Amino acid sequence: MKKLLILGAGTAGTMMANHLRPKLRSNEWDVTIVDQYKTHYYQPGFLFLPFDTYTESQVKKVGKKLIHKKVNYIQKKIEKIIPNENKVQLEDETINYDVLIIATGSKIAPQETQGLLGPLWKKDIFDFYTYEGALALRDKLRDWKGGKLVVHITEMPIKCPVAPLEFAFLADSYFRKKGMRDKVDITYVTPLSGAFTKPTCSTALAYLLEEKDIHLEPDFSIMEVDNNQKAIVDYEEREIPFDLLVTVPTNMGDELIERSGLGDDLNFIPTDHNTLQSKAHENIFVIGDATDVPASKAGSVAHFQAETLTDNILLYIDGYKLKKEFDGHANCFIETGNNKALLIDFNYNTEPVHGTFPFAKIGPLRLLKESVFNHWGKLAFRWIYWNMLLKGIAIPFVSRNMSFKGKVFDIKSK
Amino acid sequence: MEAKTIAGMQVNVNEEGYLEDMNQWNENIATEIADEIGIELTDKHFEVLHYLRNQNKEGVALTIRRVGKSGIVDIKGLYTLFPKGPLKFSSKIAGIPKPTSCI
Ligand SMILES: Cc1cc2nc3c(=O)[nH]c(=O)nc-3n(C[C@H](O)[C@H](O)[C@H](O)COP(=O)(O)OP(=O)(O)OC[C@H]3O[C@@H](n4cnc5c(N)ncnc54)[C@H](O)[C@@H]3O)c2cc1C
Repeated sequence: MKKLLILGAGTAGTMMANHLRPKLRSNEWDVTIVDQYKTHYYQPGFLFLPFDTYTESQVKKVGKKLIHKKVNYIQKKIEKIIPNENKVQLEDETINYDVLIIATGSKIAPQETQGLLGPLWKKDIFDFYTYEGALALRDKLRDWKGGKLVVHITEMPIKCPVAPLEFAFLADSYFRKKGMRDKVDITYVTPLSGAFTKPTCSTALAYLLEEKDIHLEPDFSIMEVDNNQKAIVDYEEREIPFDLLVTVPTNMGDELIERSGLGDDLNFIPTDHNTLQSKAHENIFVIGDATDVPASKAGSVAHFQAETLTDNILLYIDGYKLKKEFDGHANCFIETGNNKALLIDFNYNTEPVHGTFPFAKIGPLRLLKESVFNHWGKLAFRWIYWNMLLKGIAIPFVSRNMSFKGKVFDIKSK
Repeated sequence: MEAKTIAGMQVNVNEEGYLEDMNQWNENIATEIADEIGIELTDKHFEVLHYLRNQNKEGVALTIRRVGKSGIVDIKGLYTLFPKGPLKFSSKIAGIPKPTSCI
């Protein structure tokens, strides 16, 4: 029996197991997946937990139940990959592979920022990129009396790069609904040059910050959190005071990647942008947040990657040349508050475009325009995630490569 | 995309004045772009600019962290060279794309 081994049973690993098991002969290939946890979280839901929009049970399921029955599921911690021996060490056993798929994702690394894990952590400083963080923040917000709310990105890249901005928009709506918006000051702090960094988006969306009365602090690279002064400080000694800091800490690949000597300085694995084969080893493939490809770290991206990678694994084991197919396609809903959302569609080379989606001229979704329809799309995404995406069912009419029909590429022509 | 003359050279820039093609860059162009921003370039600046251009050629994304570990300057030093916006200014002067998010 040959062995296909998948590391990580999150969004990408689960999809790969479900795509590949039915396509590989069961008398030739054994498919095994390993994850340290029992629970699979719907991470996009972490954005809604702090505002009491979703409940705990809506964002988690037992991981094993989401995976094809004929796939071996091992719930153990992965210690190390030994590529030269085609072996992976788990906490108490070592297993072999013929083909390896790494899908161990990325996670927050608050220890990378001085003072972040100080006395105020989980008291006045929170993250919402973990389940525990999002719940702790929810409890804090439930009886917060107001003050300076600072929403902050530590450094790029982060998964779901728009989530912090969405958080700021949703916070505006949340406090308005609670009748206390006048008691809250919202500031959005980013290491980039603005909240919107692509010219098409800054033109189309700059009004959003103004409309919601969100102050912007761009070009801020954090040096430390000053727990005594309750302020974040950058390398130019610029200080931004806070009463409540909601931060997205540095995102890194798992330490396992570092232990295995497979990653870059953030433990992301050098990966071919179009085939998703690792650059260092031909029988190792990488998908989702674990790669270093310059695409967004998002579930929708992992979904498009999974379609290409499935074909490439089948080509690889039959000895054919790999398809250079993945184009960086991302398709994301962006919550803007007040039950509205935007939809963006882009790839490695194309900026987010205007137009309709998925059908030219018909839509029903509008790209780069706020609408209630798009908000429903975002909420529907949870159902699609659990029931289609993870199972490896293609979303109707949405193709793995970006489609150029019905889209407007030059904002100035609008 | 629009054509612009910088330091006597015809180059293509985007709507924010970033060079569209890093191969159209030279040190005189860098000096003139820096001048517009209000930065006077020293040898140290050029060391950083050449490093950024090499990284970009290799397809490595520009981040503050990487420059800090480059052995050329630390992060504080980078801020001193390119005050108020080290990433957006250093990339503009180096003739490479500005680091962006997905929107
Ligand atoms: C707040 C938030 C909002 C988001 N919103 C959206 C959105 O609206 N749309 C969208 O498309 N995406 C969104 N995302 C991003 C999306 O959730 C991720 O991009 C996606 O889950 C990546 O899938 P993955 O399989 O690469 O990683 P993950 O799903 O994170 O899975 C990695 C798995 O590997 C396991 N693992 C890692 N190391 C080890 C080890 N050493 N031993 C054993 N197991 C290990 C982990 O336990 C985990 O289960 C959001 C993310 C966050 C945090």
